[in-house]
Amino acid sequence: MPAAAPASDLRTDKATRESVFALVGNPNCGKSTIFNALTGLKQKVANYPGVTVEKREGTCFNQHGKRIHLIDLPGTYSLNVHSPDEAVVRDVLLGRRADTPRPDAVILITDASNIERNLYLATQVLELGLPTLLVLNMTDVAEAKQWRIDVGKLSQRLGVSVVPMQATFGKGLVELKAAMSKLGSADFQPVSSNVHPARPSASGNELEARSPSQAGSLCHLPIPPDILGGLQQTRADLIRSGTVSENVSLLEPLYLISDHDPAHYGIEDSLVNRLAAAHDVLEKKLPGWEDRLAASRYEAVEKLLLDVLRRPERDESTTTDRLDSVFLHPIWGGVCMAAIMLAVFYMIFSVAEGPMDWIDKITGSTSGWIEANMPAGDLRDLIANGIIVGVGGIVKFLPQILMLFFLIGMMEDTGYMARVAFIMDKFMGRVGLNGRSFVPFFSSYACAVPGIMATRTIASPKDRLITILIAPLASCSARLPVYTLMIAAMFPANGVSTLQKASLMLSMYVLGTGGAFAFAWLFNSTMAKGRSSLMVLEMPTYKRPSLRHVARYMLERAKMFLVRAGTVILGLSILLWAAKTYPKPGTPEPADTAAKVAYRSSQLSHSFAGRAGHFIEPVIKPLGFDWKIGIGLISSFAAREFFVSTMGIIYAVEDDGDDNVEPLKQKLAEDRWPDGRPIFTPLACLSLMVFYVFAMQCLSTVAVVKRETNGWKWPIFQIAYMTAAAWLASFVVYQGGRLLGF
Amino acid sequence: MAAALLLSDLAAGAGGVISDILLGHDEHITRLRELGLVPGTRIRVVRRAPLGDPIEVSVRGSRLAMRRSEARHIHITTE
Repeated sequence: MPAAAPASDLRTDKATRESVFALVGNPNCGKSTIFNALTGLKQKVANYPGVTVEKREGTCFNQHGKRIHLIDLPGTYSLNVHSPDEAVVRDVLLGRRADTPRPDAVILITDASNIERNLYLATQVLELGLPTLLVLNMTDVAEAKQWRIDVGKLSQRLGVSVVPMQATFGKGLVELKAAMSKLGSADFQPVSSNVHPARPSASGNELEARSPSQAGSLCHLPIPPDILGGLQQTRADLIRSGTVSENVSLLEPLYLISDHDPAHYGIEDSLVNRLAAAHDVLEKKLPGWEDRLAASRYEAVEKLLLDVLRRPERDESTTTDRLDSVFLHPIWGGVCMAAIMLAVFYMIFSVAEGPMDWIDKITGSTSGWIEANMPAGDLRDLIANGIIVGVGGIVKFLPQILMLFFLIGMMEDTGYMARVAFIMDKFMGRVGLNGRSFVPFFSSYACAVPGIMATRTIASPKDRLITILIAPLASCSARLPVYTLMIAAMFPANGVSTLQKASLMLSMYVLGTGGAFAFAWLFNSTMAKGRSSLMVLEMPTYKRPSLRHVARYMLERAKMFLVRAGTVILGLSILLWAAKTYPKPGTPEPADTAAKVAYRSSQLSHSFAGRAGHFIEPVIKPLGFDWKIGIGLISSFAAREFFVSTMGIIYAVEDDGDDNVEPLKQKLAEDRWPDGRPIFTPLACLSLMVFYVFAMQCLSTVAVVKRETNGWKWPIFQIAYMTAAAWLASFVVYQGGRLLGF
Repeated sequence: MAAALLLSDLAAGAGGVISDILLGHDEHITRLRELGLVPGTRIRVVRRAPLGDPIEVSVRGSRLAMRRSEARHIHITTE
C-alpha cells in the first residue's frame, strides 16, 4: 500500500492510482482462500484502530498486470450491523472509515452450495451502488448435491459478472482476475448504474430496488407516502455529504438508520440526529419494517432461484452428512471429540515441551556465556539476566503457540471446530458461555497465552471477554513446578503414596476449573454491558484443509505474539530484573562458589523486590507466608515457574541445573518463623498452592490480554480480581485449617 | 391436518413451515430472519447435539445450530 497521498491527489490521479477492491462474503464461503490465492505473500494483517477486528489487506495484479489493493473484510451475513466485525464491513464499504480507502469495486463471494442464504447479502451489497463482481465459489460442493446453477442467467438477472470457482483447488482464479480487469477498467459500465435508486411503483407508495435488465426486483417494501419524501431527503443528504455513493438505492439509507451501533463513523453530526429522527418516524409508521425488508429480500432471492437453480426434490445425503453421523453421533461424537481434544492437549503439552526445553537451555547457556565473557558490571547483568532471560521467556511460548494454532487452523479449516462448539455448547452454556469458548479455555490448561489468542474465534464480544478473563484460571503448565515443589515440601521423604500426591495435584486442577466456571457465571450475570447474544452457529460443510492456509494462519499468530505481546513482555521483564538487582550492595560479588550463593541471597533480599517482600509481609502473613515467600510471589509475577528459582536464590541453594527439588526442599523444611514455628507447614504449602491456582502471576498473559482487549483496563481488572480471589482462597484455607487444628 | 408447534418440540428428522418468530429481542428476530428464517420458510430439525442441546436445523439449504431456548420462540406448522 502506498503511503497516504493527499486526498486531492487521489482524485486527480484516479486513472493512475491503485484501485481498491473489497472482498465481501458470508462466513465460511471460502473468502480467505480466495484472498490468499490472489495476494500470495503480499498481504498484511493488523487491527482496525479502536476495535479488535482484523484488518487484512494485500496487493494483487489483475489479468492485465495492473496493481490492485485488496481489502479482505470480515465474513458477514448482513450489512445490518449486529457486531463490531459487521460494523467494519459496512463502514469500509461506505467509505466511512478514515483509516481505510473507500473501495472502488466489490468482489462478492458466495458459497454455491448455500446460494440462497448467500444471495441475501448480495441483494444488500448490490444496493450500495458500487461496481460488483460475484464469485460463485465451491461449485464442486453444489455439484455433489446435484445442484445445477445457470451462471449466465444469474449474471443476467443480477446485472453483474459471475465467476464460478473452486478456490480450494485453485480453479477459476484466472477467470476471476480477467473479470477484475474488466471491472477495474475505465470503459466498464459499472453495475451500480444498473441498480436504480428505489422508485415508487405504479401505486405510488411502494419502493423497489431493481435492475432494469430483469423482471424481478431485489427487494420490495411498501413505504407510507407521508414519509417517503423524508426518506428521499435523507438519501439526498447522505449523498451530498459524501457518506454514500450516488448510485445508492433508497433502501441503503434505511439500513444506515437502522444502525444498532451508536458510533456512526464518518457521518456528519447534524445528519446523525436527522437519521435518528427518520428512524423513529419509520418505526412508528411502519412497525416491523426491518423484518419485512428481510422477508422481501428472501422472496426476491427465491424468485430468482426458481429460474437459476435446478436441484433434486430431496436433499442427497452428502459427505458432510455421513461424517456428521459419526462426529455428532450421541455416543461416538463425544468419544471422537474427547480423543481429538486429548490429542490436541498432548501436542501442546508434551510435544511442544521438547523445543521449549531447548529454548530454555539456549537461553541459559547464552546468559552463562555472556557472564563468562563480558566484563562484570551492570551492562553485563542487564544483558545476561534482563534482556536474554526476557527474550527467552517470550520465545519459549512459540512452540506452544505454533502447535495450538496449527491444530486450531486445521479444525477451523476442515469445519470440525463448529462441531466441537455444537457438542460443548450445553456444557459451556451452564455458566453463560457458549460452545465456541471451549477450545480456547481447554487450551489454557497448557498455556493461557495461546488460549487467550484463540478467543478470536468467539463471535460474541461479551462471551469472548469473559473467556479471556477466566482463561488464566485453568491450571497451566507453568504452575506445575510450583505444585511439585510444594507437594514435595509438604510431605516427609516417605510415607505418602504417589497416588495421594497425584490426587492433591488433580484437586488443584479441579479447584482452578471450578473457580473459572464460578467467575464465568458471576461475570455473565453481573456484566450489564453487552446484551446476551443469540447463539446461532453455522455448521459449515466439511472441507479438505489447505496446509498453506493453515500454515499461514499459524505463522501470522506467532508473528502477532512476538511483535505485539513480545515487546510488552520484554519491557516488564527488564523492569522486574531491575527490581531484583538494585540497589546493589557495596561489596563486589565473591569468586568462591559457596560465598557467591550466600552473597546472591543477601543481595536479593536487600533489592527493591526483596524490600517489597518485607513490605507485603503483613498482608500475606494471614495466608501463612513470610517475606521470603513474598519475594517469590513478586518475582514470579514474571512467570510462575520463577517462584522455584527465586526460592533457590533466597535459600542460597546452589543451582546445579537439574530440576532436583530435594536440596531446596531440605532448606524449606528447616526454615522457621522468628518464634520458632516452621514456616513450610503442610497447611502453608497447601495455602501457597491454592494461591497459585488463582493468582494471575504471568506477565505474558497480561501482555496478551492487553493486546486482545485493546487496552489496560481489562488486564488490570483481571490482575485485581484474580489476586483478590487468590488471597481470599488462601486465607480461607490457612485460617480455616488452623481453626481445624492443622 | 395442520398442527401448530414450536421448533423446539420437533423430533430429529421432522420439519415444518415457520409461521412466526416471537423472541424477546427484536434484534435477535432480525438476525434470524436475515439467516433465512422468515415466515413461510420450510425448516427441518436435522439432529440434536449429543448432550440434547443445541439442535441443528436445515433451512434454505444451510445448516444452523441453535439452542432450544431460542428454538422455543419459533412457531411452526406441520402438514
